Amino acid sequence: MGKNTERLYNGIIKENPVFVLMLGMCPTLAVTSSAINGIGMGLSTTVVLILSNLIISSFRKVIPNGVRMPAYIVIVASLVTVVEFIMKAYLPSLSAALGVYIPLIVVNCIILGRAESYASKNPVIPSVFDGIGMGFGFTVGLFLIGLVRETIGAGTMLGFPVLKQIKGFTPMTIFIMAPGAFLVLAFLVAGMNIVRKKMEEKGTPLAPPSGCLSGACLGCSNAGLCGGVEEHSKSQDKEKQNSK
Amino acid sequence: MSEKNDTLYQVSSSPHVRANDSTTKIMLYVIIALLPATFFGVYNFGIRALFVVLVTILSCVLSEICFNKIVKKESTISDLSCVVTGLLLGLNLPATLPLWEAVIGGVFAIVIVKMLFGGLGQNFMNPALGARCFLLISFAADMTNFNIDGYTGATPLAVIKNEGIENVNSLKMLIGQTAGTIGETSTIAIVLGAAFLILVGVIDLTIPASYILSFVAFIAIFGKYQFDINYIIAEVCGGGLMLGAFFMATDYVTSPITPRGRLYFGICCGILTGLFRCFGANAEGVSFAIILSNLLVPLIEDVTIPRAFGVSKEAKKNE
Repeated sequence: MGKNTERLYNGIIKENPVFVLMLGMCPTLAVTSSAINGIGMGLSTTVVLILSNLIISSFRKVIPNGVRMPAYIVIVASLVTVVEFIMKAYLPSLSAALGVYIPLIVVNCIILGRAESYASKNPVIPSVFDGIGMGFGFTVGLFLIGLVRETIGAGTMLGFPVLKQIKGFTPMTIFIMAPGAFLVLAFLVAGMNIVRKKMEEKGTPLAPPSGCLSGACLGCSNAGLCGGVEEHSKSQDKEKQNSK
Repeated sequence: MSEKNDTLYQVSSSPHVRANDSTTKIMLYVIIALLPATFFGVYNFGIRALFVVLVTILSCVLSEICFNKIVKKESTISDLSCVVTGLLLGLNLPATLPLWEAVIGGVFAIVIVKMLFGGLGQNFMNPALGARCFLLISFAADMTNFNIDGYTGATPLAVIKNEGIENVNSLKMLIGQTAGTIGETSTIAIVLGAAFLILVGVIDLTIPASYILSFVAFIAIFGKYQFDINYIIAEVCGGGLMLGAFFMATDYVTSPITPRGRLYFGICCGILTGLFRCFGANAEGVSFAIILSNLLVPLIEDVTIPRAFGVSKEAKKNE
């Protein structure tokens, strides 16, 4: 697997921001009342994420370490403003549905997290692919949650009546409301964990994440999975010895 | 040393004195105590009510069997707790509810509220009430479609809220010939069952008494007619208060175990019920009041741990 495809796989499946890293929970729970809202939110975040990774990665040697956070925020905020205006101009209904969550992309932890843990340390091309992978991972997560909530809660799928056509069916309104978001997210995460467990039993574990060894375990959400730099390098040494 | 002597020296951990009560026996008593209310519900609302109750019981039992099969755990249906949950849920539904919605309620009560948190003894809220609230939010129209003698009627509480106390007949409410959910209408039938439970020692009066008294105090101060004896009787007998206070707030798992905690728990339920009924948008508030108080139980237990024998007051304060 090439480094770029590895980034895509990493973002969409292995470190899926919604189901594995549990990042960006606020928009995940708030705007996924329908599948189309999920896609809209996911894609606008993806656009911002790809561009912010691109810019931050290309400026990574220029930005002084002490003011890197304000610098990232300025970059992300300008991108979000552009996206917001474009959405208001061409997709007014979606923009109204997503509301305040579009400006809030500025403080979305996926974007700042990728900037901090990947784009600021890696070359431009892999950073862009990391953004694409993570963005699509986020979009897939939001789409799935939105699809389930919309199907059960409103009886439609992407706006087309599906369950609604069954006679006597009453949509379960609770799934459109906040408790439904928590329920659906919990079940999807549980499903993802079953898959991870099965993969581990098969001998192809999804964790620990590779390409780390940065020593920044303190702020890393995967520190619990890989057991820190020392454990990780130890296990890698063992693997090397075994292969010899 | 022989085998026999060996066991003589083994001391198991406490409790050393055990009563003959088992979970199954207690649950059986609760089922017996609920029968008067069930029979009256069937008499009042017709055979459809029996179907609803049977469907909820069946769906609860089946979903517990299926869940245990799927997660490869030993079957726990013999403790009858799922039957009690199903019966209570059925009594909390209107007789006109579509049966598939009742099935969803049963599955939600057992799988999500009870089994996912570890089964009986681990659930953080009353499964039957959790499912009722779930259905109430999901199918608001079906859950409030009360129907008696072929007429769609408003519940006594809704009548008081929207029209006035003059249009409510207190005697009918006592007997139970009013609109409402299957099991909540007849105060006499519920009190009959509750008296049986108190006599056999399954529940004690602390929670129901503090619940009802604090509720009465609340509505006498803040209610629509304040200290009007007709109004107070109507509020106490109407709606799910009686059923909730005697059968659902007293659930062993979701009520405090400390004596003082039970008192606080009852007061908490009473005030919340009054709050929801007087100032909320709906005429009814018992289910939400009880499940909210269920969530407070760990906190209540934490502040009401009794002083252990031999510990001075100062020592306990310093803990």
